[in-house]
Amino acid sequence: MTTDDEALARAAASGDRDAFAALVNRHYDRLFAFAFRLTGAHAEAEDLTQDICVALPAKLKSFRAEARFTTWLYRVAVNAAHDRRRRAATHARAADGWGDWETARRAADAETQQAVGWLEQAMDRLKPELRDTAVLILAEELTQAEAASVLGLSEGTIAWRMSEVKKALRAIAEEEQ
Amino acid sequence: MTDDLERLRAALKTAPPAADASRKAADISAAMAAFDQETENPLQGSPAEPRPSNSRPMMGRLIDGGISMIHALTSRAGLAATTGLVTAGLAVLIVLPQDIGFGPNPDDAFPETRNESADMTVATVASDAPVERDLAEAVEPMLELASPSPAAPLVRQAARAKMAPAAGVALDSMALSDAPMAFGRAPQAELATEEFANDEAAGVTAVTDQPVSTFSVDVDTASWSVLRSSLMNGYLPPSDAIRIEEMVNYFPYAYPAPKPGGDPFEPTVNLSQTPWNPNTQILHIALQGEMPAVQDRPPLNLVFLIDTSGSMQDANKLPLLKQSLRLMLGELRPEDEVAMVAYAGSAGLVLEPTPAGEASKILAALDRLEAGGSTAGQEGLEQAYAIAADMAGEGELSRILLATDGDFNVGIHDPDALEDFIAAKRETGAYLSVLGFGRGNLDDATMQALAQAGNGQAAHIDTIAEAQKVLVDQLTGQLFPIAQDVKVQVEFNPAVVAEYRLIGYETRALRREDFANDKVDAGEIGAGHQVTALYEVTPVGSPAVLNEPLRYQPGAGTREASDELGFLRLRYKAPGESESHLIETAIPAGVSEASVETRFASAIAGFGQLLRGSVYTGEWNYADAIALANSARGEDAFGYRAEAVRLMRLAETLAAPR
Repeated sequence: MTTDDEALARAAASGDRDAFAALVNRHYDRLFAFAFRLTGAHAEAEDLTQDICVALPAKLKSFRAEARFTTWLYRVAVNAAHDRRRRAATHARAADGWGDWETARRAADAETQQAVGWLEQAMDRLKPELRDTAVLILAEELTQAEAASVLGLSEGTIAWRMSEVKKALRAIAEEEQ
Repeated sequence: MTDDLERLRAALKTAPPAADASRKAADISAAMAAFDQETENPLQGSPAEPRPSNSRPMMGRLIDGGISMIHALTSRAGLAATTGLVTAGLAVLIVLPQDIGFGPNPDDAFPETRNESADMTVATVASDAPVERDLAEAVEPMLELASPSPAAPLVRQAARAKMAPAAGVALDSMALSDAPMAFGRAPQAELATEEFANDEAAGVTAVTDQPVSTFSVDVDTASWSVLRSSLMNGYLPPSDAIRIEEMVNYFPYAYPAPKPGGDPFEPTVNLSQTPWNPNTQILHIALQGEMPAVQDRPPLNLVFLIDTSGSMQDANKLPLLKQSLRLMLGELRPEDEVAMVAYAGSAGLVLEPTPAGEASKILAALDRLEAGGSTAGQEGLEQAYAIAADMAGEGELSRILLATDGDFNVGIHDPDALEDFIAAKRETGAYLSVLGFGRGNLDDATMQALAQAGNGQAAHIDTIAEAQKVLVDQLTGQLFPIAQDVKVQVEFNPAVVAEYRLIGYETRALRREDFANDKVDAGEIGAGHQVTALYEVTPVGSPAVLNEPLRYQPGAGTREASDELGFLRLRYKAPGESESHLIETAIPAGVSEASVETRFASAIAGFGQLLRGSVYTGEWNYADAIALANSARGEDAFGYRAEAVRLMRLAETLAAPR
């Protein structure tokens, strides 16, 4: 039987080592995939995931039982990603991934390569805040209400951002023709 | 459309590669180490806090603190003795975020790593990843600081050296000067974070060189409010904060109203003796906008775009803004619609388009606004324009009212890009006005640029009385344009005028050829607005002529005398139109007695020149300006002119040598 995330998180917050280990193991893969979707670069995603893992124990203290653990974890991850972006910008490094995404080069067959190339182009076109929203709604399949809670925004803003994403994609589609 | 989203969904789903197994093991063990650290030494970790909500650079807030300490000190000796101390404290703290390498915004997802001891670093060093360098870099200077005082002077020196040049100079000079702080000029550190839009004051132009002077009207009033808040705080405003045309245009004047059915505004010109120079004359150009019957006005769609960044929490910012908007709601009609967008770290639609009749709903949304988060102006702006477009209906007016303290630089870094963005949006028909709040952070330059590019006005609201003036008494003018792209061109007659000088309007100058070019943007006139422009002109043969005659140009004597001083041309477009109309009128050369309105406008223009340190006012001083303004109080139903005299007296005291 599995204990639910929230119970594990509460136990971990009060010092239960095993509960914490179970929680991290359970969510690591999902966290890494999310980090990858946010950053679009393998190395960036790994670094971001590590940042989050190391910060998690201290962060857990702010976990409130009324929130879902996954929603809370998304919020922590999104904030960490913002911080990395900001720091990257101040270090004058490539600021926000997705422009020089290496996966396209590794893709095996031509069809995948094309699909990946399109994704790279699309994500590069979106501004970071639109990217985050699109990832949460489309890939992580959050509802608009959940995404709003993760990003600390109103649902109306999420809906508006998604319409902006649509607009941008349409513009790309028109250019393709 | 949905296909595009599905395509993106599918691509995103398959994109991430599997996590690397050894990385996963390393990360999890690092997490466990951090967990042990956290549970063994719970006191070391800072209590988990909500995400810090500042956005105002730490520097600004610290300086504010320092400034209020300085303000709180009354005795001069005390001031001299303590300024140095305060400065030293500031110097150490200010630069930390830069040293740490966390960037200009210390808002960080990992506050605890910054506050932790060295043990925290050990936890991360255990794994090998680039991130540990970041953390190590971060912790190092913290350790240095945490060590007791011997290191402090070093840090302080280093900090000083790295400080942004402007702030560094300001603070250093405060620390080093033995003399009591000059009370007259502004506390410099505060101004180091403010930016004002201004240009060199226009010099005297010889009519033979350049007979034509062209400028755009300006009905902004922000400069007067900024000046008032400076004076009320006991210092003279920085000279760049003074835009004389905005000071003059702050006041209502009794100008003749336009004839019904004619042009939407009526120009009046007259020539009178210059108060500060017996050998020159003041050419007073006054435009009075028509006041359409208020009950006939079209329904209005208002989008409030409200800055809720952390820096807005001062009493004279967000709370004042809320009060102001409450006042304004009373002026709206039930069929008007209001929407509200907040921008900060979280841009968001706070209030969907709501009829103004549902006041309780609007007030409730207003009450929910809280300051916190960083400023990302552009996303909010895009959203506001999108909502304004949704709300737009046939025969309705849309206007975005941006309320901010001017910390408007996270969205688009390049002010020019921001301006381009707004100029493009201007074509959609929505107007943008800017309401500035508070001091200390005021990016007046950007605010001016935004309002100018957005076909709107910029006003600065420093008191509830000013809110009443802008948003209640003069609301109709604020919100209902009667003429767009209003340009003024004066051609001087070289037979009568030797030299001229436009007082103010430095930021509004246009090229001569732009006058007839309808593509060139210019200022708007709202319902009932008045525009006043003053030229100081030197007649031919006057001893005040500054430019020597040229050898190869035809001299004044070769021309026929004339009873025309010059020719006034005005161009404007009716709102929403693209073709301009032309109004022309000759300016008679006869000098008349200065009217009450001319005298008051001259007194304010003279006051502005004194504050800017103009060379043209000669021996004329504050006392003369006060006497002149006092002689021209007029009806002054709202007491604005009385207030002007009070402020002039204050400036006189502050400017007096001590």
